[in-house]
Amino acid sequence: MRRVLVALPVVIVLVLGAFFWWGLNPDRDPNAIPSVLIDAQAPEFDLGGIPGIETPGLATDDLSGSDSPLVVNVFASWCVPCRAEHAVLTRMARDEDMRLLGINYKDKPEDATRWLAELGNPYERIGADLNGRTGIEWGISGVPETFVIDAEGIVIYRFVGPIITPEDVEQMRGALELARSRSGGAS
Amino acid sequence: MIPEIGNFALMLALAAALVQSVLPMAGAARRNVIWMQSAVTTALIQCGLLVVAFAALMRSFIVSDFTVVNVVANSHSLKPMLYKVAATWGSHEGSLLLWVLILAIFGAGVALLGRNIPAELRARTLSVQAWISVGFLSFMIFTSNPFDRMFPAPLNGNDLNPLLQDIGLALHPPLLYLGYVGFSIVFSFAVAALIEGRVDPAWARWVRPWTLAAWVSLTGGIALGSWWAYYELGWGGWWFWDPVENVSFMPWLLGTALLHSAIVTEKRDTFKSWTILLAILTFSLSLLGTFIVRSGLLTSVHAFAVDPERGVYILGLLAVSIGGSLALYAWRAPQLEGGGLFTPISREAGLLINNLLLATATAAVLFGTLYPLFLEAITGDKISVGPPFFNASFIPIMLPLVFLMGIGPFLSWKRADLPGVLSRLKLAIGLGIAAALWGWYMDTQGPVMAIIALGIAGWLFVASAREWLSRIKAGNVPMAESLRRARNLPRAAHGMTIAHMGVAVLILGFVGSSAWKSEQILFASPGTVVEIAGYDVRFDSVDRVRGPNYVSDMGTMTVFRDGAQITVLQPERRWYPVAEMQTTESAIRSTLAGDLYLTIGEPAADRASNEWTLRILYEPFVNFIWIGTVFLVVGGMFSLTDRRLRVGAPRRAQAAPADATPAE
Repeated sequence: MRRVLVALPVVIVLVLGAFFWWGLNPDRDPNAIPSVLIDAQAPEFDLGGIPGIETPGLATDDLSGSDSPLVVNVFASWCVPCRAEHAVLTRMARDEDMRLLGINYKDKPEDATRWLAELGNPYERIGADLNGRTGIEWGISGVPETFVIDAEGIVIYRFVGPIITPEDVEQMRGALELARSRSGGAS
Repeated sequence: MIPEIGNFALMLALAAALVQSVLPMAGAARRNVIWMQSAVTTALIQCGLLVVAFAALMRSFIVSDFTVVNVVANSHSLKPMLYKVAATWGSHEGSLLLWVLILAIFGAGVALLGRNIPAELRARTLSVQAWISVGFLSFMIFTSNPFDRMFPAPLNGNDLNPLLQDIGLALHPPLLYLGYVGFSIVFSFAVAALIEGRVDPAWARWVRPWTLAAWVSLTGGIALGSWWAYYELGWGGWWFWDPVENVSFMPWLLGTALLHSAIVTEKRDTFKSWTILLAILTFSLSLLGTFIVRSGLLTSVHAFAVDPERGVYILGLLAVSIGGSLALYAWRAPQLEGGGLFTPISREAGLLINNLLLATATAAVLFGTLYPLFLEAITGDKISVGPPFFNASFIPIMLPLVFLMGIGPFLSWKRADLPGVLSRLKLAIGLGIAAALWGWYMDTQGPVMAIIALGIAGWLFVASAREWLSRIKAGNVPMAESLRRARNLPRAAHGMTIAHMGVAVLILGFVGSSAWKSEQILFASPGTVVEIAGYDVRFDSVDRVRGPNYVSDMGTMTVFRDGAQITVLQPERRWYPVAEMQTTESAIRSTLAGDLYLTIGEPAADRASNEWTLRILYEPFVNFIWIGTVFLVVGGMFSLTDRRLRVGAPRRAQAAPADATPAE
């Protein structure tokens, strides 16, 4: 018994070592956390707009047949990082060749309306996901999250967390570029 | 010329290490005194050569010798001198040189200071230390030579990552490495003892100062890194459970367990094979840390430029050193018989629980750190394990440990009287409850865990103080007598009290700054006033300022309390053009009650609109984290200067002659 016990550490270490050996594969990029949706069609959903504002709602059909890449941003008025991200998104929507769509996640319509009135509304369409059902379909892990979708309605990139720093914006630009080149190749 | 000298010194150091790894070990086996003595000489020579190599690299940085690739990649002629010096260990190659230098310093330390250690044990220990040296020196020379040259030399360098251009981080790696690598000598002692097949109280006493020295340095190193993250990264947090932090924290946890289990080996001649295992595993976790940080195995916010090829080499080193030592352990440990018996309520049992909890906590952190790798290897899913996992698994393990820390020192060896101990701790129990109630009063909405933690911290603080006071019989005998007793108390006893109280102080800092933090993120134009935790912060202006190698947007904010101006804070957002990187320089008003922490972020929209992202935090009691760390470090140093570690060289019990029959 004692012999088995004292041999346990070396066995555990060998197993760990095998995992490490596997992990050193140079093609592996541990920084990428892909979405289950990457390279897949956006999920089926149909959301109405936020009651009380003009912006129309958002459904799966709105995600295909666009000339510019689509950016779907999941936000909520109760989410502090969303507030920080808002100005960056507004600027990107204005300066970049892209269309910004929103999913308002588990929010009260009056709070969302006030939030958009205060900060401005850069979204072309906003789907009100009152019960969080669509959020589950998209597989979000928190708010904010942002997806880039190409002309075919295929999700090509997922950004977890707020887009704030210049590096974040640069990553988004790269994804937008990719979306454009893919839709160019398709036509 | 100078870099060539450095390079040459590195090669010679490798040669010295090779000799040291063979000759003394063979000498110990053949009882050849001259061969064994050679370890002292080679250890000193190796250390001297590495000092030369390190000095040569440092000089290349100081004079900005851009023919050296490493200097080009990590320095710039305009950089302030302090950071030119610090850049010596700012890169993968340079830090590796520091790593082996510290390895050699600990070897030389044992060679110089370990005169009371039996020649055979010392020779074997130094040989094992040299095995590690050979591994890492060859790794450095063959894959990451810091003295590689480039011709023609570029006009200027690429600058050091500006986040690293900071006093906290300039000092963090040397201190962290002193701890991390310092455990190497404990590892070497353990392997030498396994080869010798002998572990006894004297062994534990020889190892103790080295364990303590490494532990103190590691404590300081981790705290400096945490302090740096706190004010430099601009997130207002001091611990993120990032893999790179975890890999420095795991050796600390296990090293803490080792410190305590070695006491039992020293005083009671038991827990031997466990102490040996801890000594091996503590350094193994340091090696694992080196591997993870440099191989790019896991995702992290701060890693070196990674290269899988280097990873393969280090993994090979790991396999040999960790696998080899544990295989040796599996072979030899059954022969290490335990000593004294003890009852379930005794100091031994208390320290056993301490060890089990610390080991479990280490395992939890290790599992959380590596889980993404396991999952990806098995299912292909990629996830990241964040603070929720660690908070949920680590804190519930640590709280009982901290609770028992209050009782443990009262327990006597072999058999203790628990009701008697508890009756002496009535005051501590009462004050612990009072602390919890105070925590509840401070924030009735706060997490329950925070209130429990505060209660336990209060209990620990009072119980530790009570233990010290009862040792000097304060109150029971005249004051002068108590003072005399305090003077005669072993330094290690003072050290323990200070360190244990430090843990209580740390917890106050942890709880205050994580459970009661207030935070505001907003867009503001100059003139805005923000109210937070009783302060009014007025955002005055943002100005463009020029630094030596950066330009900065410096915000000016005036802080008022009850209408009276308290201070002016100037958070900055710096742009380093050479490195093309942006950093946040937060501005902090520190008081014991808490820190007011301001950072300025991106302009909200365009420069013209003059709206900025401000992040304003109030972190109550956060400074108690640094104060608690000082307690830990001072406590460790007190213990290190204990008389029993300096004089009265421990004598080994006369060995029962193993081969009693004469050879001829």
